[in-house]
Amino acid sequence: MPEASVAAPQLDPHRHSVRAFARRLFALTRKEVRQLLRDKSNLSIGLLLPVILMLIFGYGLSLDVKNAPIAVVMDDSSPTAMEAVVGLQLSPFLSPIMLTSMREAEAKMLAREVDGIVRVPSNYSSELAAGHGSIQVIVHGAEASRASIILNYVTATLAQQGVRSLDRVGGIGKGGLGYIDVESRLWFNESNTSTWYLVPGLIVLIITLVGAFLTALVMAREWERGTFEALFVSPVKPVEILLAKIIPYFCVGIIGLAMCLVTARFLFGVPIMGSLLILLFASVLYLLVALGIGLLISSVTKNQFMASQVSLLVSLLPVLMLSGFMFDLRNVPLPISIIGHLFPATHFMSLIKTLMLAGNVWPQIIVQCSILIAYAVFFISAARFVTRKRLD
Amino acid sequence: MFALLHRIFILCRKELLAILKDPSSRIVLIMPVFIQSFLFGYAATYDLTNAPYAVLDQSRSAVSTELISKLESSGVFHRVANLTSEHEIAEAIDSGEALLVLQFGPSFAEDLYAGKEVDLQVILDARNSNSAGSAAAYINAIVASFNQQWRQSHGGGAPALSIEARSWYNPNLETRWYFMPSMIASLAFLQTLMLTALSVAREREQGTFDQLLVTPMSPAEIMIGKAVPPIMIGLVQSTIVMMVTLHWFHVPMAGSFISLYLGLIFFMISCVGVGLAISALSANMQQAMFYAFMLSMPLMLLSGLATPVRNMPMPIQILTYANPLRFAIDLIQRVYLEGVSLMTVWHDLVPLFVIAALTLPWAAWLFRHRLV
Repeated sequence: MPEASVAAPQLDPHRHSVRAFARRLFALTRKEVRQLLRDKSNLSIGLLLPVILMLIFGYGLSLDVKNAPIAVVMDDSSPTAMEAVVGLQLSPFLSPIMLTSMREAEAKMLAREVDGIVRVPSNYSSELAAGHGSIQVIVHGAEASRASIILNYVTATLAQQGVRSLDRVGGIGKGGLGYIDVESRLWFNESNTSTWYLVPGLIVLIITLVGAFLTALVMAREWERGTFEALFVSPVKPVEILLAKIIPYFCVGIIGLAMCLVTARFLFGVPIMGSLLILLFASVLYLLVALGIGLLISSVTKNQFMASQVSLLVSLLPVLMLSGFMFDLRNVPLPISIIGHLFPATHFMSLIKTLMLAGNVWPQIIVQCSILIAYAVFFISAARFVTRKRLD
Repeated sequence: MFALLHRIFILCRKELLAILKDPSSRIVLIMPVFIQSFLFGYAATYDLTNAPYAVLDQSRSAVSTELISKLESSGVFHRVANLTSEHEIAEAIDSGEALLVLQFGPSFAEDLYAGKEVDLQVILDARNSNSAGSAAAYINAIVASFNQQWRQSHGGGAPALSIEARSWYNPNLETRWYFMPSMIASLAFLQTLMLTALSVAREREQGTFDQLLVTPMSPAEIMIGKAVPPIMIGLVQSTIVMMVTLHWFHVPMAGSFISLYLGLIFFMISCVGVGLAISALSANMQQAMFYAFMLSMPLMLLSGLATPVRNMPMPIQILTYANPLRFAIDLIQRVYLEGVSLMTVWHDLVPLFVIAALTLPWAAWLFRHRLV
């Protein structure tokens, strides 16, 4: 059996006392901290990469379209036709380029110099007078999300202009005809930028990075190099080895979390509407879950390459793709949504977005914190179970 | 000449054996690519397909019911609750139960019949600003068509202007059509980079690299021998993603396979160059892996895979010129969706070529000049 060492009781009669436990734990933790501080590649993943990611997410990534170049082809140059497209110039989202031939516009579209084409046909003003004018709008659909946003802006702008000209000739809103106006209000994201919804998710990504990926690799290295065997012959217990591994990376994770919160709040102006205390509590819970996953992966794979691939596959990529970080889980087929909800990151993702952008929503806090506690207990005990003193 | 090719061939075979001899690493090179292309093909979508909503109808009129039924018939909106007072709005939105709440005021119908302009209040949960924006655009379009019908059925003239919208290369503007071709490059990118980064570092850590250096092989030959196997594995992975894209998700391929593969080979060579340079710089496997990872995260995020490069601010767009993945994604998308030939996208090949021409000789030089 693993812990039945023959000589140990004679060597240290107090090996079960709390003081001995604390002493061994302190010694091991000190060794881990030194190892962490000595290798710059470790620290650069734990501290530098989070900073780079924050800058990328805060400044680089955006789903918002601004100043999209649009080719406007005027086959009809009458004042009526010019009036139809004047709204495009005023839109902050579009920057129209006036062209005279469709061929030129198509060439620009193929070269991706413009995102779309608005074409006013040569018979526009005469057809409009006859009551059925039409304007052609073409977008480059390869980047679907951007294209559909641009299409919405262009059609809305053109339609609005159309209504305005109708108003003047006594159409809409006059002559006693009712009209519904949509007044939309965006809750929790007044500035309506994707930064607000990407940055809270970044906290999840960074905790996962430190907790699961980094820890899995560091532990797998000990297995691969056989240094665990050296620990086995010492009087330390598996719990102590695990704790000593967890403590330094826990601290790195907390530093990463603090940096995230500070930059989110002060650099990007993302509010923290809920209680900071609950936010920290939930983050610590998730950090424990991530550490548990990392320890489990390393103990099972016992090999650095495998550990890196498995932790990428089960921790980082799901955070990016399946947790609702960028892609809304409401829009995916049910089986995929169920798979997504199996990952603890998904629950923490929705909790942290709510806490930062919406406020304290108690039913959600209680349910999701309980789920996180359950996952933390499960993964850490599983890691404890597989990390036994034995040689395969 | 023959001896040279023979030596390179032997080294390639040895490298392939080293990678593929372990059954678990065989699995880890093939299975994740399959799983990810299926999962992400479904999960990576910015398209609104399911928008749960709640209604607070204070007017209780035929008009509001008619508008709601128009909304329901789109297939995207599903009613999850009928609210009775304004206090319930916050709860419906906060809990995430409803993405949006439609509020019809008490005098909605009367005002509309009286010929006034009436407000339809739409409250959206913008914790996911993308879904909220799409839902708002959807509702605007539905209300606009309702307005038209209303005017026509109440004696107004037909609207004079119609807008014909069309989308090239992706008629239904599906995210998947954009995302899956990008994945052909990205999924292989991650593992190719990691594999190459480990190749030299592993030999360094185990001390066998010194043995390789004292063989008659020149650094250039070692470099080629180390580069070819990851390129082959990367191409196999790309082929898997492409098969899933074509035959499972049925995204039609407009271009030629030859152009696509030529582009992919260029891309893989530049990836392998970056990987080998990392590997030659690192003292051990862990460093190699961490540096490869540190590099691959920003490269993936700023490649246009997650959000379009055109949405990024100008300084960052310039930064992406050093990113091989950005050009590979552009190239594959254009060949796959637009069906252009390599002649049209030659400008995407230039950065790939430059990256390979810088990193590969550097890595070969480092083999001998950095002994750790």
